[in-house]
Parts: sequence; structure tokens; C-alpha cells
Amino acid sequence: MTYLDHAATTPMLPSALAAMTEQLARVGNASSLHASGREARRVAEQSREQLAAALGARPSEVLFTGGGTEGDNLAVKGLYWARRAADQARRRIVASPAEHHAVLDSVEWLEKHDDAEVTWLRVEPDGRISPDALAEALGDGRDVAVASVMWANNEIGAVSDLAALAAVARAVGVPLHTDAVQAIGQLPVDFAASGVDALTMTGHKLGGPMGAGALLLRRDAECTPLLHGGGQERDVRSGTLDVAAIVGLAAATRSAVDERGERAARLTALRDRLVAGVVAQVPDAQLNGPALDDVVAGGPGRLPGNAHLSFPGAEGDALLMLLDARGIECSTGSACSAGVARPSHVLLAAGADPARARSSLRFSLGHTSTDADVDELLAVIAPVVERARRAGMGGH
Amino acid sequence: MRLIAAMSGGVDSAVAAALAVEAGHDVTGVHLALSPDRQTLRSGARGCCSVEDAHDARRVADSLGIPFYVWDLADRFREDVVEDFVAEYAAGRTPNPCLRCNEKIKFSAVLDRALALGFDAVVTGHHARLADGELRRSVDAAKDQSYVLGVLTARQLAGAVFPLGSMTKDRVRELAAERGYAVATKPDSHDICFIPDGDTRGFLARRLGEQPGPVVDATTGATVGTHAGAYGFTIGQRRGLGVSTGDQRPRYVLGIEPVSRTVTIGTAEQAEVDEVVTRAPTWTGPVPELPFTAAVQLRAHGTPVACTVSGTEEGGLRIEFGERQRGVAPGQSAVLYAPDADRGDRVLGQGTVLRAGERSAALHT
Repeated sequence: MTYLDHAATTPMLPSALAAMTEQLARVGNASSLHASGREARRVAEQSREQLAAALGARPSEVLFTGGGTEGDNLAVKGLYWARRAADQARRRIVASPAEHHAVLDSVEWLEKHDDAEVTWLRVEPDGRISPDALAEALGDGRDVAVASVMWANNEIGAVSDLAALAAVARAVGVPLHTDAVQAIGQLPVDFAASGVDALTMTGHKLGGPMGAGALLLRRDAECTPLLHGGGQERDVRSGTLDVAAIVGLAAATRSAVDERGERAARLTALRDRLVAGVVAQVPDAQLNGPALDDVVAGGPGRLPGNAHLSFPGAEGDALLMLLDARGIECSTGSACSAGVARPSHVLLAAGADPARARSSLRFSLGHTSTDADVDELLAVIAPVVERARRAGMGGH
Repeated sequence: MRLIAAMSGGVDSAVAAALAVEAGHDVTGVHLALSPDRQTLRSGARGCCSVEDAHDARRVADSLGIPFYVWDLADRFREDVVEDFVAEYAAGRTPNPCLRCNEKIKFSAVLDRALALGFDAVVTGHHARLADGELRRSVDAAKDQSYVLGVLTARQLAGAVFPLGSMTKDRVRELAAERGYAVATKPDSHDICFIPDGDTRGFLARRLGEQPGPVVDATTGATVGTHAGAYGFTIGQRRGLGVSTGDQRPRYVLGIEPVSRTVTIGTAEQAEVDEVVTRAPTWTGPVPELPFTAAVQLRAHGTPVACTVSGTEEGGLRIEFGERQRGVAPGQSAVLYAPDADRGDRVLGQGTVLRAGERSAALHT
């Protein structure tokens, strides 16, 4: 099996697995007042401190969630509701159309059901959002409830300059949320230094467990809860803390952040070899997103583990199926709930034509990726593309 | 063989896929997303490719341990099946969308893609037998689907596998239950998949709008009523004519003339014809030498009747019935069988009815 889909999910890091399984054997509700409860709380709070330290946040800014989708929903809806409650004129949401569906669908839900007006940001051809585009969309900001721009795009790997974007939003008093699910562990992410008001992260993209994540939320950011109940997380999020998952999340985050520099350098070299090898064999393959050596704010302009390529004349889903049959696992981007592969909305938002968007594949590398994985892909990509081209773009 | 199993989410295609796997074939499951309304893909509304159906198909594929994908053929389905259906009704004809789907989607778009991707054939859960290139009726006469497959050519049949033709539907359900599939008890689908509420007239009215016209008695030539759209009628139809003709004898639709929107009605005797002329036929095997005798079936669950088949100057077929038939509409497929009951009647081919009428008289149009 050649796993080239780490942006979908990546194997757990051994340290996270060990910490989590150890905690799973223990009893204790972190909200209980007795000794078992106190011990569970100690472990959860220690994890909160570790996570905060790894990401440049204060422990009180860490709200544990059930993962990236919850974090995005909570930030977009919660900030919108709280800001509009404080001033009814704030009904506008400014967001990138290249966001993950957890943000996009939250924004569209508010537009459809809760009176929001949406201003979609202009996307650069390489997939990122420029500070100018944000400034233009915010205007004087007085009617804006919340803005949301992802740190690094999950499909084409485009990295935006969140510090510059946050400065633009701050200047007009608008809270900025960022979905940093793909960024952490691959890019330097410092919550305080970035100046953003809310940041979504999740465990399973960086070697932690599924179903555990966090929303980093500034102390002064008002956020209306989605989940009401025990008020465990600053009264913004309720639910019994999943202490074992939280331990795994914190351990994975610490490890991913500590080893980021070395890992990113290795993945960059591997990714560059993958892209060069594919293009050598399929000369008309097109790289989507920023150039491999692109730089943003002094750092990588593209996620180190991300390669996103279009193969003109071939359908993405045919390519995926043929590679799958040869034991190589990658992604075409999003699928609807019935499982229909969709043309990448990210590429469409970045101005690509639908045929190019439909003919694309994402290969994403992670901590277990090796040269052998790249070799496996390069051994089959040419005949697979040729075969998929024979099947053509028919039926669509 | 390397096979694509077309998996609808129903019990038949589930068992067909399972039998193909158990026979040792290398099987990949494919669910066809056909809904003309993409929203139903997300909202879970019932329809030809609801989320539940895709889920049911995926569950079976996963338990078989075979790869499974969803192919988006919604655009092709809309063009080749749904729009064809609407256009045929608008032209006063009576189409069979299931037959069209087999002809244009399952054994054309899907089969072509499967072959191009390196597969050998498409396996489906149709109730029909296929052996040595010969298409025959299912042993389960009540579930036989050979009629809607009658349009397939020898080339298409060479790329088809039908594992269920030698068993009854009850046996299919037993096999599904033995394998633990939740779809073992899933109800059969009856309606046209893109009209899940079964209201064909309402569907056509939404698509074609109100097109009022006269209802004319064939004997007297008198206008005996009006209608909101000729597309709401099918030749041979008796119920819902909305006219009163004085006597108590039932009236049937004899003809539909789309330009003047005239629906002609008449008595049972007038509704009967003894031959049809078809468009150019398709054959499931070698082209037979004309003329020949056969049995013809005119609708999916119709009763076959003996017939003599000859050619027309336009390259179509003239099919003379051994006994008079009521309610034969242009657009229907006349599927020809060679009666050899012991081995299951063999499907020879079909022609789409152009006009029906009397041997000795001018044909109705």
C-alpha cells in the first residue's frame, strides 16, 4: 500500500498512541470533584498547557472540540452570533470561497437561515488570499461580523499570510478566524504572533486521534456556543472532556511542532521529487497552486507535503480508481455525500476552468512517507494517465 | 474476468455483484449517480440515486471487500433518458425510459468507460439469462427483464454479465439474507426512477406546461371534450379521458396528434390493430433473414403474441400479429422473441414502433 493521502488523515504518532491508550484505561470525569475526577482534570489541563505552548497560545485560549468541523462551525457561527447580538448592523460575513466545506457551509447556512450577507473574497490564481482583497472586502468593517481565511489550503496547499491579513482585519475591528487544520505541523504557527482571533486545529491531520481538536480563541473574543450543557470549555463549548483523546491530541501536536522543521524539509524534498518525476513522465501535467519554491512572509508559500496536479484529458476519478487498483491512494478533492467526485471548488474559485478542475489529483505526504512511496507512484503514473485518457472525459 | 458491477443499492445488483465475486472474478463496484437534481445527492430525497441507495450499495461492496466508486452520469442520463422521455411524450409517442437507460447509459456510457479503463464487462442485477451470446428470459417470468434489454446489440451483450437469470426473485432475496445484506428485504422499485412520486402526468405537465387541445371521437369526428395536454395520454389508455360519449361503451385513446394537440378516442374494436411498422431494428445476434416468424412483446410486462416479421422499404420492420392487439403506441419497443420455451425464449432484437394499424388499411399515425 502506498499512502499518499496524508492531508485526509495521517497515521497516529507513536507518542500520541502510547499516551492515549494509557489514559483510556483510567476512570475519571474531569468535571467530577473526587480524586478520580481531579486526576482526569490534571491530565486534561496539562494537555491544554502543552497544546497552548506548542501553538503560541495561552492555556485559557484553548477550547477542546470534537475536531476541525466543530471548530470551524463554532468560530464562524459563534463569532457571527455574538458580534451581531452586540450590534445588529453587523450582518456581513467575509470569507474565502476556497475554504473547507466546514467553513463554506457554515457561512452559507447563516446566509440562508440567519440573515447574514456574504462577501466572498477574491482568490489569487495560486489559491491564496491577499491582504488587499481582504481590505477591499471589509471596507470600514462596521457592518462585518466575522471574517474567515484558511491558513493553508487543504487541496492545493496555498499558504496565506495570516499575520498580514489579521492586521488588516484588526485595523477595522473585525475578528478574523483561520482554519489552520492543514498548517500545524507543516508550517510555523504562532497564535499570538499571528494576531488572529480564532484558529481551528484538529488532531488527526498531524498524528493525533480523530474526533479531537481545538479552537484557539482570544480571551476578548465573544463567541456564542453551539453546544449547551455543562459549560466545560469556558462556557463556549459543553461536553464531557474526552481526556484520552485530548492527551493524544496534545502529545501529537507537541511532537509535530517540535519536529516540524526537520520533517518539513524532508517532505519538501520528497514532494519536489514527486512533482518533477510525474512531470517528467507526463509532460503536460500541470501543477496547481503556488510554485514549489514559493515564499510567503519568509516561509513556505505551499504546504511542504502537498502536490496537486491536473492531467488534461483524464478524469480525476478515473485516475484515482486506476491508482487505487495498483495500491496507490490519493484524492480528487471533495465528494458529495452520495460519493460523487466533484470538480475541486478550490481550483474553480482560483479561476481554473472546470475541465482542469475535474482532471486533478492531490498527492499529500506525511510523517511516514518515504522515497519508496514516490517511486511506486512514478512506476505507474504514465500508463495510468494514458489509460484514463482513453476513457476520456465522457459521461460528464 | 475484470468486471464492473453496476450497484444500484437494491438487492438484485447486490447479489449479482456477490455472485460475480464468488465466481472468482475481479470485481469493482460502481454506483451510478443519475439524479437530474444534484440536490438530492446531498439532501437524501428518494430518487434514482439517493444518498441512501449509494450507502446501501457501498455497504454491500465494503462487505464483499471490493473497491467501490460513484460515477456521475447525471448529465448523460438527463440528456439521453429524461429529455428523450419528455421529447417523446411531447411528440405524442410512448417511450420506455428503462430500455433507453440500458441502451444509452448502462451498456453504453458505463460499458464504454469500463472497457476503456481496462475492464472486460459490466455485471448487473437484471433478471435475464445470457449464455453463449444469447439473451433469454429469466426463469422468473414475473420478474423477467429481457424486454428492457431487448435493445442491446451483440457488441453490447458481449460486455454484459447477468448472473441472476436462472433464479427467482425469492432466491435472490434468500442469497442476500444468507450473506447478511440489509438490502435483502428492501422493497422492489416500480416507478420510473426520476419520477419517484409516480405521477408521470404531473411530471410532464411541469416540464411541458399546459397545452390544451380537443378530444375527438373517431367515429363521428365530433369534439367531445378538451384536455390540458396531449402528453397526459397514452394510446390504448381507457381511464381518465374526462369525456362523456352518450353510450356506456368504454372509449380508448386511438391517436395523439401533437401539432393540433388532438387526442382521438374510439371503441375497443377501433383501438385494436393487427400490425406495426418500426424504425430500423437492432439485433442481439446475427441479423436474421427476413421474413421470419417469431413472438412479439410490446411492453415490459406484456404478453407475447405470434407474429410474422418482414422488412419495409425504409429499412424498418413490418410485424404482423397473429391476433389483434389493443393499445399499441408509437415509441414503444416491439421486442421479438424466438419461442423455445424449454430453454427460455430467446430475444432476437427489437424495433421502435413508428406506426400501428391494419394490414389492409392505411396505418394509424
